[in-house]
Amino acid sequence: MLLIWNRPGFTEGLSEQDRTALFGEVDEIMKELTETGELIGGQALANPSQTLTVRLVDGNPEVLDGPFMESKEQFAGYLAVDCDSPQRAAEIAARWPDVRYGGAMEVRPIMDEAGTEM
Amino acid sequence: MTEDRTVEDLLRTFAPQVLGLLVRRHGQFDRCEDAVQEALLAAATQWPGQGVPDNPRAWLLTVATRRLTDEWRSESARRDREVTVARREPAYAGVAPAADAEPAVPADDDTLMLLFLCCHPALPGSAQVALTLRAVGGLSTAQIARAHLVPEATMSQRIRRAKQRVEAAGARFTMPGPAERAERLGTVLRVLYLIFNEGYTASSGPDLRRAELTGEAIRLARILRGLLPDDGEVTGLLALMLLTDAHRAARVGSDGELVPLAEQDRSRWDAAAVAEGIALITEALTWSPPGPYQLQAAIAAVHAEASTAAETDWRQIVALYRLLARIAPNPMVTLNQAVAVAMVDGPRAGLALLTPLDADERTAGHHRLAAVRAHLLELAGEVGAAREAYLAAARGTTSRPEQRYLEVRAARLTGQP
Repeated sequence: MLLIWNRPGFTEGLSEQDRTALFGEVDEIMKELTETGELIGGQALANPSQTLTVRLVDGNPEVLDGPFMESKEQFAGYLAVDCDSPQRAAEIAARWPDVRYGGAMEVRPIMDEAGTEM
Repeated sequence: MTEDRTVEDLLRTFAPQVLGLLVRRHGQFDRCEDAVQEALLAAATQWPGQGVPDNPRAWLLTVATRRLTDEWRSESARRDREVTVARREPAYAGVAPAADAEPAVPADDDTLMLLFLCCHPALPGSAQVALTLRAVGGLSTAQIARAHLVPEATMSQRIRRAKQRVEAAGARFTMPGPAERAERLGTVLRVLYLIFNEGYTASSGPDLRRAELTGEAIRLARILRGLLPDDGEVTGLLALMLLTDAHRAARVGSDGELVPLAEQDRSRWDAAAVAEGIALITEALTWSPPGPYQLQAAIAAVHAEASTAAETDWRQIVALYRLLARIAPNPMVTLNQAVAVAMVDGPRAGLALLTPLDADERTAGHHRLAAVRAHLLELAGEVGAAREAYLAAARGTTSRPEQRYLEVRAARLTGQP
């Protein structure tokens, strides 16, 4: 799983040209991953201003406005890929344009239900 | 001959034979495979209602050939040469061929060559697996995708690319020479074992459907043994699969938790599979030089012969592992060897075997190494270190059942539930 972290709305500050280039890059990577059969799925998340967070307040779960973490970077979406190695997954993540704009990609294996005999 | 066999059985028996014959005649693996898939689809929709034809294999061959010919014709002038070739096959133009029109090469050889083709060295492992399941196993792309827990589109791309790579590698549909044949057979065995393990390691819970893979791997290994009865490693692999799969009912508890070999209720092992596996490996070892699959099957047979874990002939298992480590050295072999050595010479001796694995990049930091070390430390009475090692192993695995098992082991050492 490739988790995309970025500064919400960072594309607003880009020039039209840069923004088009960025979306083009994403399309390109998605197209390539579809062709190699490595793409399993992915979703972009809406702006954190649309977020509700449920957490315990005075012993009761309460619904609050805003994201869970108040950090500058927010969880923006994910890509699920089926690759031969963690190195290959990191290689895909390294090409994701958000990284160049101060964001980060977190690459984490997905747990499965298979288990070897011990 | 067809009364008591289902349409699916028939299709899966004949699919590789028909595909093999087509590819040998026309080359173009990619197109032949598509044509066979269409013929299988037609059969699956027509036979149940209209009855199975007298000669199902000829029927499939005719339909698949017609698809190929149609496709070539529709490409008109560019494909003149192929059309000419296809037209030169009047026996397949519309009617089933007569019995004497059967090919000179037995269908068995086509199946074997098809296996070699699907396990072509130019393909990555995942593609070899997918292609083998589809072309030789006759599974649909949807079934293969389900078994691998990926979307059908992903699997269909993987198969399409694999077919193109076989084509691009210029793979000729001919039996490889003796040296290459031995090498290719090694890949075929590895791919079948990979298919088996993909199914076997996921025999519980929501992934029950992956058990299809275990059955398929055993079926393919049986076919391969039928083709190559004089190869000890082929027999060894079949025996190993049967002896391992026999644990199926006992290896997972009622809550989906993993039950280690030592704690399994052996009365729940599949007695028929155990008996067949033991008979196969015992017989093979009398005439074949022992190879890695035979030795692993022999180890599984020694486990199966003991009525409880405590009665296991660990000395024999240690001897077999020593031999295995000599002919096929591998850190995973060393891990298992360490457990057996610990049972004979004590946990310290087992732990000593693990030390070099910390410096081996294939196992350093691997959760299996931590899990085995934890087990041996526990046997040695080093509770604190054992607990740390179990927790390290639990953090390192991506398997939920393994993680649960390892966390429970760690918790037991601190007396927590």
